[in-house]
Amino acid sequence: MSAVIEMKGIGKSFPGVRANDNINLTVNEGEIHVLLGENGAGKTTLMNILYGLYTPDEGEIYVKGKKVRISNPNVAISLGIGMVHQHFMLVPPFTVAENIVLGLEPKKGLSLDMEKAIADVEELSKKYELKVDPGAKIQDISVGMQQRVEILKTLYRGAEILILDEPTAVLTPQEIEELGVILKSLVSQGKSIILITHKLKEVMSMSDRVTIIRRGKVIDTLKTSETTMEELAEKMVGRKVSLNVEKAEAKVGNPVLQVKGLRALDHRGIEAVKGIDLEVRSGEILGIAGVDGNGQNELVQAITGLNKVESGEVILNGKNITNLTPKEITDSGVGYIPEDRHKRGLVLNFSLYENSILGSQRNKKFKKGMGLDYRKIREYSRRLIKEFDVRTPNERVNARSLSGGNQQKLIIARELDREPSLLIASQPTRGLDVGAIEFVHQRLIEQRDKGKAVLLVSLELDEIMDLSDRIAVMYDGKIVGIVNARETNEFELGIMMAGGKSEEKH
Amino acid sequence: MESRMDEIKSTLRNTIKEILYPLTAIIVSFIVGGILVYAFGNNPFAAYKALFLGALGDLNKLGETLVTTTTLILTGLSVAFAYRCGLFNIGAEGQYIMGSVAAVWVGWAFQGLPSILHVTITLLAGALAGGIWAGIVGWLKAKVGSHEVINSIMMNYIAMNLSNYLIMTALNEPGKAFSYEVAPTAKLWRFAESFEQFKYSRLHIGIIIAIIIAFIAYYLLNKTITGYEIRAVGFNPSASEYGGINVKRNIVLAMVISGLFSGLAGGIQTAGVQYRVNNLFGLTGYGFDGISVALVANNNPIGVLLSAFLFGVLQKGGPMMQIEGIPKEVVGIIQGIILLFVASNFVRITVQRYKENKEIKSYMKKEEVK
Ligand SMILES: Nc1ncnc2c1ncn2[C@@H]1O[C@H](COP(=O)(O)OP(=O)(O)OP(=O)(O)O)[C@@H](O)[C@H]1O
Ligand SMILES: [Mg+2]
Repeated sequence: MSAVIEMKGIGKSFPGVRANDNINLTVNEGEIHVLLGENGAGKTTLMNILYGLYTPDEGEIYVKGKKVRISNPNVAISLGIGMVHQHFMLVPPFTVAENIVLGLEPKKGLSLDMEKAIADVEELSKKYELKVDPGAKIQDISVGMQQRVEILKTLYRGAEILILDEPTAVLTPQEIEELGVILKSLVSQGKSIILITHKLKEVMSMSDRVTIIRRGKVIDTLKTSETTMEELAEKMVGRKVSLNVEKAEAKVGNPVLQVKGLRALDHRGIEAVKGIDLEVRSGEILGIAGVDGNGQNELVQAITGLNKVESGEVILNGKNITNLTPKEITDSGVGYIPEDRHKRGLVLNFSLYENSILGSQRNKKFKKGMGLDYRKIREYSRRLIKEFDVRTPNERVNARSLSGGNQQKLIIARELDREPSLLIASQPTRGLDVGAIEFVHQRLIEQRDKGKAVLLVSLELDEIMDLSDRIAVMYDGKIVGIVNARETNEFELGIMMAGGKSEEKH
Repeated sequence: MESRMDEIKSTLRNTIKEILYPLTAIIVSFIVGGILVYAFGNNPFAAYKALFLGALGDLNKLGETLVTTTTLILTGLSVAFAYRCGLFNIGAEGQYIMGSVAAVWVGWAFQGLPSILHVTITLLAGALAGGIWAGIVGWLKAKVGSHEVINSIMMNYIAMNLSNYLIMTALNEPGKAFSYEVAPTAKLWRFAESFEQFKYSRLHIGIIIAIIIAFIAYYLLNKTITGYEIRAVGFNPSASEYGGINVKRNIVLAMVISGLFSGLAGGIQTAGVQYRVNNLFGLTGYGFDGISVALVANNNPIGVLLSAFLFGVLQKGGPMMQIEGIPKEVVGIIQGIILLFVASNFVRITVQRYKENKEIKSYMKKEEVK
């Protein structure tokens, strides 16, 4: 077992943050090595350094024992290092084969030799058991497929060492399992893999060794077989973390949200919500489970006014709010943690204090004369930052400069502080570390215990089962069943998520 | 009281932060321009001396420079304001023309009004005309999604031809290729009326109006709810929608406000300098210069004041360089270099790198002390 990558004493700073501090990392040939750490710990930064996107302030890198200077990604590629970023970098209208060969196209004379490209891709896909359809367009294939394309792209460029930054954050449980198989097969063919993930289950099932990073420093490197999830969580956060959600008996009250016969279209104009009846009562968490793309987002957006309701009714506390504007709906007491924090939740170029009032900018308490009372707003945001432990140098930096988890905390802080009677949380913990997840879960349960109604949409079955009091399963724009969270299991939910009916039990 | 000081401080801090890079770009551009002049076999110091003396040599010259600056401030504000909402108002030109025509009509059609009233309605008419003209473009964008750049270019030519038509018909001074003159009561107060030193310049009260407007624009953009919403839409329409902001309304609103500034520029030029509107053979260029002014000012309204003054100096002083035997195109080159530097963010990136390093070092020190 020899080391393919050795990073020694790596340091990297950004204004106000020491992102990497004297980091040592050794990756052995043929292993899957996980980088584990809180949001903002510096994992992505370290991998960006290895891939030549950032230059380190100090430290040395050795590839297969040879000291190298990786000044840009081309150098990394020529050293056999490939990286799959969390946000894919594919050309949507191009085919799978075109995307894979992009930049290294086989040529016939002056033109692209499409036949050879397809043959190459097919050969590669067979060799590594990564099934793809070379002729399909990227825009028509699933996220999981797109990820395979990204992996094939690095292999086509001769990658021996693959870096995968949070590859599972966007995948369905099914796809995650498939990815696990793919990674095992890659390793068996001599590749080495560095994997970033926040999900401890995946760490346990997929990896050989784990390096834990906290606040830019390496805490430990462990053999996966010799550790436990609890130990990993504790090392990563620096304190004991409860991996199980503890909650008291629900004290359910009157219905807060009533949805009746709701129909809505998706952005292409195709019906995505096909007649939904739903009720969320005060003091309960209703979880919506389902495979991605079964109308969950459209349902939420129709309730919050971001998407038009074609027919049916949305009633909040007895008041009809169907097709009101998002502002009117917010003002009637709906808080919404959106699934896409960059697209919806934040104005990345706004400071944290400006973001802290998004949605409440017309609230009287932030007004002074004709203008906004920015002194008060800054004070207000400082309070949110403190209460919700948003890690940031100050409230004046742009939201863009925060790590994903901290951006999410800011959004949650803002939405909860409005004291909504209905809180809609869509993928509230996507991309968060276990510490932050614990925090978010506690906040959601707190809302429930305060007698609010919580509508939780998540692709994570564990999260749905841990938090919800009742679970509604969505399939193909409809609710196929609503079950009591205590009386169900993963298996039953799985069947329903695939469109099967649950056996009636109440 | 303390909060007032805070406000002022934060305004200053914001402005300095936003114009620091363009400022450096300007200095670098002058140096590069100087080297060029030298390479052409001329003395750069003599050239710049001629430039600055030509623009600022005495109060009359300064006055003329400020006359140009006034217009540039307003068209610059116009472009900058729209840009903050993510809109590229290339139609400042047309809005300016509509502003001048509206002003000349109100200035001429009403007679015997008290001057203060007449001046006010004349300028308001100009601003309003510009606002409506830009509003059409904003409305088209919000309603049918057609791009503001294409539409405002077309609106520029419609404005020019409409203006020419009106000047040759309803507003025509018989036998001439220009409009009637505005009534004396509609003319802006000139410095020359009270100050002997400005006798040979047309400097008028408009410069003060323009400066006030710049501060209003700054306040509006950075301190009010409207400004907050406009900027939010400019950065991220989806998040704005989520935040309960009416995106379409704000697009129209930002265009209207932007148009008010350009229209006012036209009104002020008419009521303060020309008193008439000429039959145009081509676009005036003030609107396009506004784009350069806004770009150099990094779309900061206070920065626009300085940037407009710089362009005013270059435009007024440029011709004086010819006396030194230097082709006046050199001024064009310097302007070009400034824009190039600013647009390419060259200075910004260099300085940022340096600053980051420094900040980190001081942060690390603080951490160590802890
Ligand atoms: N380009 C940048 N400019 C300024 N600060 C940055 C930049 N990139 C990262 N940082 C900061 O460096 C720290 C480490 O960020 P990094 O993205 O490496 O974290 P991470 O471990 O990948 O977190 P996450 O799990 O949330 O993705 C954070 O505090 C972040 O705010
Ligand atoms: Mg990361």
